[in-house]
Amino acid sequence: MRFLMIEDSDDLAHSVAERLRLDGHAVDHACSLAEAEDCLSAAPYDLILLDLSLPDGDGRSFLTRQRRARRDVPIVVMTARAAVRDRVDVLDLGADDYLTKPFDFAELEARCRAVLRRRGGATETVQRFAGFTFNPLTAQLVVAGEARELRNRELRLLEILLAAPDRIFSKSQLCDRLFSYAESVSDNAIEVYVGRLRKKLEGSGAQIDTVRGMGYRLTAA
Amino acid sequence: MRDNSALSLRERLMLQLLVLAAVLAVALFVAVRTVAGSAAEETLDDVLGAATIAVADELRGGEEGVTVDLPHEAFSILGSISEDRIFYRIAVDGTTITGYDDLPLPETARNPAELSVPVFYTTQFRDTEVRVAIMQRVVLAGRLSTPVTVLVAQTRAGQAAIAARVANQAAGIGLGVFALAAVLSILTAGSVLRPINRLAEAVGRRGPSDLRSVDHPSPAELRPLVDALNGFIARLRAGLMRTETFIAEAAHHIRTPLATVRARTETALRKAETEEARETLRAVIRAVEESARSASQLLDHATVVYRSDRPERESVDLARLVEGLAQGFQPVAGLKDVEIYTEGIADPVEVMGDRLLIEAALRNMLDNAVKYSGPDSEIALVLSRKGDGACVEVADRGRGLSGGAQPDLTRRFARGANVGDVVGSGLGLTIVEEVATAHGGRFELTEREGGGTCARFWVPLV
Repeated sequence: MRFLMIEDSDDLAHSVAERLRLDGHAVDHACSLAEAEDCLSAAPYDLILLDLSLPDGDGRSFLTRQRRARRDVPIVVMTARAAVRDRVDVLDLGADDYLTKPFDFAELEARCRAVLRRRGGATETVQRFAGFTFNPLTAQLVVAGEARELRNRELRLLEILLAAPDRIFSKSQLCDRLFSYAESVSDNAIEVYVGRLRKKLEGSGAQIDTVRGMGYRLTAA
Repeated sequence: MRDNSALSLRERLMLQLLVLAAVLAVALFVAVRTVAGSAAEETLDDVLGAATIAVADELRGGEEGVTVDLPHEAFSILGSISEDRIFYRIAVDGTTITGYDDLPLPETARNPAELSVPVFYTTQFRDTEVRVAIMQRVVLAGRLSTPVTVLVAQTRAGQAAIAARVANQAAGIGLGVFALAAVLSILTAGSVLRPINRLAEAVGRRGPSDLRSVDHPSPAELRPLVDALNGFIARLRAGLMRTETFIAEAAHHIRTPLATVRARTETALRKAETEEARETLRAVIRAVEESARSASQLLDHATVVYRSDRPERESVDLARLVEGLAQGFQPVAGLKDVEIYTEGIADPVEVMGDRLLIEAALRNMLDNAVKYSGPDSEIALVLSRKGDGACVEVADRGRGLSGGAQPDLTRRFARGANVGDVVGSGLGLTIVEEVATAHGGRFELTEREGGGTCARFWVPLV
């Protein structure tokens, strides 16, 4: 996905951008509303991440202007102002969703994906590997013309493996990305999802190998 | 020991009015008795004097001395007034010519001019108190002007009876006045204190955190109290508002750097090589999560506490609210493959209430359900009308309450015994319960049949 992040804290912006890039997203950073307008006129974005307190104005006025001008790039507000009123306000003003800082990147991605799915529009996201095609937005896996629905964790597991085929991921690496840090899970919990994904991938020519004592990797037969 | 200032105003006022009434009643009693007693004495003296004059008028002088023809009608007048005994003595130069020789003369000698009309005195005669009228007439006897002293005495039983009657009546009047004053003082105390009671009621009727200023109409004497009360309320409100603003600001200032820490840590975790480093970074993220959540909940709680003072009364469509929340939570629930399904939101369900507060309550209920749900489970979000209330039920298939009682779980900062491994602040359920209470509704937390927890939030329908 291609993000425009409007955030005045450089420190935070760089950290978030770096983290998002790790997942293969493209991120442009605007420090102010004026800079954001420039970016928007220069390039298409899948989604805008908007902070509310900005040096040259309130993010809410930007939100209102965008919606009034019928520019409908989805906007997810991310703010440190987490009062109940703020949440309700920004949604009423036309934000697609709302995230409170600090945020879980898995949640950010899930929310962005949900927004894009709702809006029904995004740049080409379909990926191909071995004998299947995979659309993370619709959570669909197509094997030999047959569409298979992936559940959320199966989808994210496939995304992780697909981002680096043949690379070995340890159980704990996969756990970190699949489960929330707020819950405690054992590394073996990952086996369930690997098992399920294997079933979904049957007949696609792709397989998940268990590398003894190391972890898992995705390979094409 | 009872502090005098602890005596109620009503008691104090009534006591003082009653003491005043008692003093007045006693004074009235004394006055009536004295005036009536002396009036009775004067009347009896007049009759006694008239009798004495009548006797004196019958004195005749002759060659052989003084004679008298006692006027019996005079004595019978005296007798008609009371049953008292009557004595008389007629003396010439100290020698009794008729009557009771031992009837005493006044202790102090009176000059003859003074005695031309009856003079009265009280003395003891034959062990009885008698009232005596004395007068002198000069009679020509044997060609000599002879002063004749006439004494007529009467026992005091009649007067005593009259005095007793008068005293009884005076006591009756005194008691009557006292009783009337007592009743009036109760009424007065009531009416004087009524504005205070009304004010107290008006303040007392308020909810536990209603901080509006008091504008109850009250008499001028109570204005300083009301003004002082309002000043106090204003200071309290300002204090609370400062606290709320402070918490909001604090939350804001904590969150931005926390977000940086979290992002950096996640990046570092992705790049970390050793399991040891990964474990440390995970712990950092958990700690960040925990502080952020606490900041959120504290802020929510401050908002709830502040707004519960006077929750806005607007029409809130619970169906829309529930639908929005279900949609908002779906991505988070989805991360665990937890499905949120809704029921009963096809038609609007309107309640009167504060949308922000209800939203905060439902958000906390859902947040809990998602947090404690196991993977691949379902959360039922059911809106229904039952009787005169609307009920939002959030039922999960999580770990349940494991015997924890609702009052323990809704206490501030209290957490269940079985949730140690999940990040939480212990304020979520407190918020839900406070919002339900502020809306005249209630909050129920029960084990769900077949495992899990069932949380129900009731608010009265419009």
